[in-house]
Amino acid sequence: MSKMRHRSRFFMVLLVVITTLAAAACSSDDGEAGDGDTIAVFGAFATQIEEPWDGVIHRALLAEEEDGNISYTFTDDIGYSGDMERILTEVAEQDKPDIVFGDAFGNEDAVRRVADAYPDIAFVFGSGGGPADPNFSVFDNWIHEPAYLAGMLAGGLTTTNVVGVVGGFPVPEVNRITNAFVAGAQAQNEGVEVKVTFINSWFDPAAAKEAALAQIDAGADAVYAERFGVIEAAQEKGLLAFGNMSDQKDLAPENVVSSVVWDMAPTVAYVIDQVGAGSYTAQDLKDFSMLAKGGASLAPINTSVVGGVDQALIDAVNAKEAEIKSGVFRVDINEAEPAGSVGG
Amino acid sequence: MIFLLDILTATLRNATPLVFGVVGETYTERAGILNLGIEGTMYAGAFFGFAATAVTGSLELGILAAIVVGVASGAVMGLFSVTLGTSQHVAGIGLTLGLIGISEFINRLYFGSSEGLRRIESYQLLEPFGPDNIFNQYALTYIAFLVVAPLGWWVLRSTSFGLGIRAVGENPEAADAAGLSVSLYRYAALMIGSALAAVGGAFITLATLGTFTLGIIAGRGWVVIALVIFGRWRIWRGVFGALVFAGVFSLQLRLRILPGWDAVPFELLLALPYLVVIAALAISGRNVEYPGAYLKPYRRD
Repeated sequence: MSKMRHRSRFFMVLLVVITTLAAAACSSDDGEAGDGDTIAVFGAFATQIEEPWDGVIHRALLAEEEDGNISYTFTDDIGYSGDMERILTEVAEQDKPDIVFGDAFGNEDAVRRVADAYPDIAFVFGSGGGPADPNFSVFDNWIHEPAYLAGMLAGGLTTTNVVGVVGGFPVPEVNRITNAFVAGAQAQNEGVEVKVTFINSWFDPAAAKEAALAQIDAGADAVYAERFGVIEAAQEKGLLAFGNMSDQKDLAPENVVSSVVWDMAPTVAYVIDQVGAGSYTAQDLKDFSMLAKGGASLAPINTSVVGGVDQALIDAVNAKEAEIKSGVFRVDINEAEPAGSVGG
Repeated sequence: MIFLLDILTATLRNATPLVFGVVGETYTERAGILNLGIEGTMYAGAFFGFAATAVTGSLELGILAAIVVGVASGAVMGLFSVTLGTSQHVAGIGLTLGLIGISEFINRLYFGSSEGLRRIESYQLLEPFGPDNIFNQYALTYIAFLVVAPLGWWVLRSTSFGLGIRAVGENPEAADAAGLSVSLYRYAALMIGSALAAVGGAFITLATLGTFTLGIIAGRGWVVIALVIFGRWRIWRGVFGALVFAGVFSLQLRLRILPGWDAVPFELLLALPYLVVIAALAISGRNVEYPGAYLKPYRRD
């Protein structure tokens, strides 16, 4: 009997070890940063890199590494329960990277404390707050401009005069692209009604699809997929969809009209240049994530979607895009929580 | 009227993964084992079902892969809870964490490099009576309601195998004295239950979405655990609970986007399915009779 209990304890320990290993395998931290000539960059992500937001930052850094401009290591899935401060401190002490990129949402105080303690390292974080001298810069996904253009397309393409948006949480980042999409749709089509649903999750594509299907049941024939799952609903019903964060045309080539794209490459390239030249300062890098500098864009318009896209509409969108780029037209930044049913 | 039919259609669709899970978990719990590994089992079923289909191009092999993964995870749970007699709570939570970690790890290795999501040709909606009606469902939804639930109910209630499962969960000493192998029945219940749960998870990747993303189960396994208790370990009541949950879920998504419903915070609407189940549990859940040997490992000594 006691032998049995002994063995079962061994297996419990084994289970815990296996579980820990499996969880640890999801993050990579091999600490070869900070070895002199190439610029060493560390990525610190609260979510897994499969999450679209952090994935955009990660992919831009991977591209720089492939081009031989930086050495890059990262840790993801750090979470929101205290590990961010420990990991950043360990990395700053042991690996001493030149730059740390990451997202500070949900870990704002911790990230800023560590940045303050290591002024020689450039901290560049996605954040809802402002920069802090001497070394803490901020960026965010300022993709409301292409969201406005996507809204114009949706407003012009809808035949039912109802379009939909399915988002994660009503946080400022999501609210402003949703409101810009609504504004664009209404600019193109005065009588349009926009249905807005939040699923209160960053990851629940099945719920996002159901939310989109509910909007389609209510008459929507074009839906904006702030989250995964929405494009699948449009495809199943043979309707139109708009992707978010990256060009998602490949998911449903007959249904995705265009996507609202965020690209961190301009931000990353600028910071690397500044650090390399020794002229890095703390600043708000907002402009590098906007249309004019290429950090935000509307993916090429897919004219082979069901029903096609009118050339006049494409011309109107292109003209508006040119106006935004040249500074003649400014898309309002409205971060108020949108209603479930707007206009109509 | 159309509004109600839309909700009914969505209800059957949304209840499908829960029905697979509820029938499966009822089997394991009637055998005396609370399997908290179900969230991870559904997750692994969703992932390995997707992965097998992505590699082979066959949806049937995807379902088969989910069943194999389910049986395997039931066997692991059996190793801990039956053979070794450890805490079922700890073993189940550990299994869930382990299976999610393994799935995400392999997902990153094999599907992580591509720019966008990998898409498979998923199950299409059946249209026996044309499009846009309540029969517009995936084949797996038909299987859940017309095969799994009634067959699961009948086997548990009316066959000697079902009697054996109930016996080892109610009074394992008596079952043992009557010559039944307690561990064999418990392993069988775990493997059947986990296989069904895994297919329920695979429904989401192979039918609903055709893609796999992290967080794909999003707590549906925990909902299943609650629904089994809601159903007082009876399959038809558990299935009814799944329909109520899915129905309120589908309803609130449609209320939210009606003009004027902004007066109600959408978070409250999202919480509604959970609140309804909790309320029903509180009202009907008094004098619940747990299976007699619930949570108790069996040792012949």
